[in-house]
Amino acid sequence: MKALVLAEHDNATLKATTRNVVTAAGQAAGAVDILVVGSACAAAAAQAAGIAGVGRVLLADAPQFADGLAENVAPQVFAALDGYTHVFAPSSSYGKNVLPRVAAQRDCAQISDAVAVLAPDTYARHIYAGNAVATVQCADPVVFVTVRPTSFAPAADGGPAQVEAVSAVADSGTSRFVGRAVAKSDRPELQGAKVVVSGGRALGSAENFKLLEKLALRLNAALGASRAAVDAGYAPNDWQVGQTGKIVAPQLYFAIGISGAIQHLAGMKDSKVIVAINKDADAPIFQVADYGLVADLFEAVPELIAKLG
Amino acid sequence: MKVLVCVKRVVDYNVKVRVKPDQTGVDIANVKMSMNPFDEIAIEEAVRLKESAVVTEIVAVSCGVAQCQETLRTALAIGADRAILVETDVELQPLAVAKLLAALVEREQPQLIILGKQAIDDDANQTGQMLAALRALPQATFASRLKIADGWAEVTREVDGGLETIAVRLPAVITTDLRLNEPRYVTLPNIMKAKKKPLEVLAPAALGVDVAPRLKTLKVNEPSQRKAGIRVADVDTLVARLRDEAKVIT
Repeated sequence: MKALVLAEHDNATLKATTRNVVTAAGQAAGAVDILVVGSACAAAAAQAAGIAGVGRVLLADAPQFADGLAENVAPQVFAALDGYTHVFAPSSSYGKNVLPRVAAQRDCAQISDAVAVLAPDTYARHIYAGNAVATVQCADPVVFVTVRPTSFAPAADGGPAQVEAVSAVADSGTSRFVGRAVAKSDRPELQGAKVVVSGGRALGSAENFKLLEKLALRLNAALGASRAAVDAGYAPNDWQVGQTGKIVAPQLYFAIGISGAIQHLAGMKDSKVIVAINKDADAPIFQVADYGLVADLFEAVPELIAKLG
Repeated sequence: MKVLVCVKRVVDYNVKVRVKPDQTGVDIANVKMSMNPFDEIAIEEAVRLKESAVVTEIVAVSCGVAQCQETLRTALAIGADRAILVETDVELQPLAVAKLLAALVEREQPQLIILGKQAIDDDANQTGQMLAALRALPQATFASRLKIADGWAEVTREVDGGLETIAVRLPAVITTDLRLNEPRYVTLPNIMKAKKKPLEVLAPAALGVDVAPRLKTLKVNEPSQRKAGIRVADVDTLVARLRDEAKVIT
């Protein structure tokens, strides 16, 4: 058995979650190759080659891959399928966008957001916002899986594996990249951060979220938000933690002014330590919090920042 | 321009489902069912496009059990013109639904197909992408803004790092994210009107699609439960606990 891992990168840098996907793929299939699809992305391919357990790195480098358009990337993955029993990708917006396209073209099912590899054809995944865990078995000739990176340890450094160029498929001509509004932030990336500070509707305004920024700065934490806070315009969409947003599992998670709807819990309940600050003593968030503080966040958070020093 | 909107009947998002004691699935007997929230956003977007005269006809499609007719009636009440139910009691997985929809796209020839990005029951996030692949159409997933002009759709997508805008040539598949719009409330007169709108029922075989499941669910378990921890009296205690007990801050 051999797995192909679709690497996620921005052409210059390989996303760290690729390492977690390599671990999952190794558990499923034993042998792992990585496919890097991008433009002027030799640096990302070299980083992929430096991951332990990787047999070889396939590099498809062409201008039409610069922005990761699914119409171009998916056929490139499809073209590389020969000889692979498994295809893995992270369950990031990139992996979710591309992999089902490849699976359908190959007439295979996909297992989304796997949290454990139980056998080469059997995986555990959450359903109903994490209220149930399904064990699913795939009988298709190629097993397509997106994995939840936080559920697998990152693969260590190793190699270097050989990098082999593969010929690029043509531009589909049916889609084009227009622009990107990526928030520049000095804060760690939400999904990889060791500490996450999340705010909810109780913050009351985008201005008040600045209070959380101060706490995040002190703790070197990423900032997150509940859906309610994002919908209200207090926080940008890419901060949303939950069933339909990002799934995080940091060492320490602060839920501040977040009531704790099941949809939010689905995105953070695998955190090691959860702290909840909420003035409603009956808020459901306290049922999952390791440390709960019933207090007005506008008093407690400044005091917390001061006492952390 | 014709638009096809796909809607799924799911357990209402307010219901906390229970795993069956025999681990064969979750108990959905006597549980409130609703339209998948992302699909509600899809139908709302189609209706807004019709109101702005970009779209002339909205066809709502659902695949599944007979009760999906209720979901389609809701879609008709929001503003779809007619509905199609592909009726089957077989457990439908994303690839099978994508194939059914692909057959309907072939028959109906819409310029735009709008679906929710994921259903809140199986959380798979696959059907739109699979449909696009099967019909060799471009896709714009996780849409938070949609603009149609000159045979192209310009779509802003919610991606991990923020927002990204792409343009896709029509016909195209769009999947909706939460911020695309806020669906309207269905009014009683519109519910009454929806009862008179046409609703066609088909069998998967009529579309030549094999819907047999590819994935076998071996069991369904309760997730490991987190136990509630302790209440701390004040910020001082919290800081001390995090420092000395949990050792997660310095």
